[in-house]
Amino acid sequence: MDVVTLAYVFFFVIAFVWSVFLFLEGFDFGVGMLTRLVGRNDAERGVILRAIGPNWDANEVWLLTGGILIFAAFPPWYAASFPSAYIPLLLLVFCLIVRALAIEYRSKRPTHRWMNTWDWLTFATGLLLPLLVGVFWAGMVHGIPINAEGRFVGDSLWSHINVYSVLGGLALVSYCIAHGSVFLRRKLDVDWQARLTPWALRSGAVTVVLMTIFSVWTVLAYSADGVGIAVAAVVVLAFAAALITDRQGRTLTAFWFNGIGICAFMAQIFVALFPNVLPSTISDGYTLTIESAAASSTSLNILAITALIGIPGVIAYQSWSFWVFRGRLRPSELAQSAYK
Amino acid sequence: MDLSRAQFALTTLFHFLFVPLTLGLGPWVAIFETMRYRTGDERYGRLSRFFGSLLLINFAIGVASGIIQEFQFGMNWAVFSRFVGDIFGAPLAMEGLFAFFLESTFLGLWVFGRGRLPRAVHLASIWLFVLGTWLSAYFILAANSFMQNPVGFTLDPVSGDAVLTSLGEVFFQPLTVWAWLHTIGGGIIAATVFVFGVSAYHLKRGNHVDLMRKTFRSAIIVGVLAGGFQFVVGDILGVIMVDKQPMKMAAAEAVWETTGPCASLGIIAIPDMAARDNSFEVGIPCLLSIVATNSLDGEVVGMNQLQAQYEEQYGPGNYTPSVWIAFYSFRAMMGFGLIASAWMVVAWWLTRRGRMPKSRWFWGISIWMIAMPWLGNLFGWIFTENGRQPWVVYGLLKTEDAVSDISVGLVATSLVAFVVLYTIVGLVEFVIMRRYAIRGPQDVSEPMPGEPPPVPAESSRGWTS
Repeated sequence: MDVVTLAYVFFFVIAFVWSVFLFLEGFDFGVGMLTRLVGRNDAERGVILRAIGPNWDANEVWLLTGGILIFAAFPPWYAASFPSAYIPLLLLVFCLIVRALAIEYRSKRPTHRWMNTWDWLTFATGLLLPLLVGVFWAGMVHGIPINAEGRFVGDSLWSHINVYSVLGGLALVSYCIAHGSVFLRRKLDVDWQARLTPWALRSGAVTVVLMTIFSVWTVLAYSADGVGIAVAAVVVLAFAAALITDRQGRTLTAFWFNGIGICAFMAQIFVALFPNVLPSTISDGYTLTIESAAASSTSLNILAITALIGIPGVIAYQSWSFWVFRGRLRPSELAQSAYK
Repeated sequence: MDLSRAQFALTTLFHFLFVPLTLGLGPWVAIFETMRYRTGDERYGRLSRFFGSLLLINFAIGVASGIIQEFQFGMNWAVFSRFVGDIFGAPLAMEGLFAFFLESTFLGLWVFGRGRLPRAVHLASIWLFVLGTWLSAYFILAANSFMQNPVGFTLDPVSGDAVLTSLGEVFFQPLTVWAWLHTIGGGIIAATVFVFGVSAYHLKRGNHVDLMRKTFRSAIIVGVLAGGFQFVVGDILGVIMVDKQPMKMAAAEAVWETTGPCASLGIIAIPDMAARDNSFEVGIPCLLSIVATNSLDGEVVGMNQLQAQYEEQYGPGNYTPSVWIAFYSFRAMMGFGLIASAWMVVAWWLTRRGRMPKSRWFWGISIWMIAMPWLGNLFGWIFTENGRQPWVVYGLLKTEDAVSDISVGLVATSLVAFVVLYTIVGLVEFVIMRRYAIRGPQDVSEPMPGEPPPVPAESSRGWTS
């Protein structure tokens, strides 16, 4: 395929990969926060964390893949946006490290102090990570100072941080709690429902509000066209539908509505960027576009083959893995409450 | 620039503290699992759980510290990222899609799937995990080898960035293949000496003697074989580098002036970077010609001649890496490896036919041997990355030109933050690792720490049959 077509395809693929990341890690982050919000003691927090035990690590690879694909398919986009987001990304990386250890090491010592410390870190990183991801993407839509050579020339501390990007981050945090509590409602047994439901409904309502404000702002400021309005409408309606179905106790439907909502959220960001990948706040002429930032034809063709084999393959065996661990946690699995 | 470089060196070396053990311990655990599957002997089950839990502790931090590399390219080395983006894209995307997902998904299935998966599928999970880690090493070494010896590219006439022309060349240039074998060899040695040292700890105290004697003796055999393999692969890799990166190898041997035939191999040298000569050296005659060219009368081109050649080729500048670091890191890499191998031969002799040395010293030294391959691996990377300087991509892009336009204060802050975080993380990991290694293999009936206990057969039969 010619390089221009492939570039547009990869713009879509990157949006897809980041959507899958937020769909899967969304509930992992949410579960991380809910360990503290719902869990009353070390044992309960262990049970909650156990729900994401087998899959959280693989879910996180979607984030890595999302980053790599930007690097691979649009090197100038990666080279300009990553230094500009130095602070958020540095924090993000620190959070990823701390979170991996918090989940893996919490039960390596059976003392309350040890577990309690790690559980607070699981909560904090579960909260910060979606916030930072939101800041990163919404900050990108807002634009950053890049010069004629496509180099980032601003102040790395603040270039990604503004009211709009923080709002995007908060909307994601709220979504993660809502998504995570719906996920837990399906994973844990009846005794937990009474405690999970209020969290699911409260955070669901907050998500609808924040997502609505964010979507309206996005439409007004960055994508006031038919497609932009349509995608924004999907975001709002899907999260509203998730809230309603959750209230009716149809948790599986609510889970998938959250999925649709988050895909539409990511789509909204990419629609706002289109046909650019990174707007320059210095001059429109310096803006990186899909076409100008694309990698070479050889490279994109190889990437296309890689993605064509890799992505469906990963989805296939990851889905199988979810199927293996499907259903509520078995009493035998819960008896051993401490996570690995 | 120096700060970004220090940060990259710190984060990469920290990452590589954990990588070799993952690469090498994976197969050990997988083999124990296979033996358990084939013989039904639960002693193997105890071993696979024991070393498996150590592998998990190590893997968690290896993955976490690896993510940083992926982000750091863009954050600190924007010019480099743009320059190599077109080349690195394919191997890194493949690493993510073909390797990272494989290892993380199947590790999860192995750890949590014991009661839910059919036994054969459960066994396959750990092997797929090993495959994932080995593939991942291959992809990233393909990218690193491009930095050492760029192939399969052209330079874009407008932007001046590298553009991929042949992925085959990038993937299968001899340097990639041999560097991968060398890295895997280093991983297997590290893990094998680890198994050896942990076994020695328990044998010293008379714990789990039946199991630990088995692993101790197996580790000796694997360790000696892997040591020999590593030596041969290292030599071949060295000959390739003499051809592709003559400056690196000349610096490794502190050869300033082109030698005649039968060149001597320096054992000790005091390089004088200013005078561009050694102020002192002791060597073994002819050995350099043999190791560098595999022939007695081979000549090795000196750094001064190479410097002159590069000045002509690339313009004025200093093209000589730090000879101190190159010379001594090269010797440290081999030295630590050889010490471990030699000690394993000693241990093999002392424990022959069921003998159990009484000497506390013997077991003590065996435990401390665990550190040797680690040092060897770290010095190996210090050697190869230092030897490439001043280039980040050999002959194409200098390190000093590759950094992002970000403020010094910002990089300094992040460097300090990394040092603090890594110190804490490293200590935590060490403490937990030590704790679990000392605890020793547990009864099979007792689940791996936190792992769900085995599910009664009838509840899983529903869908397995």
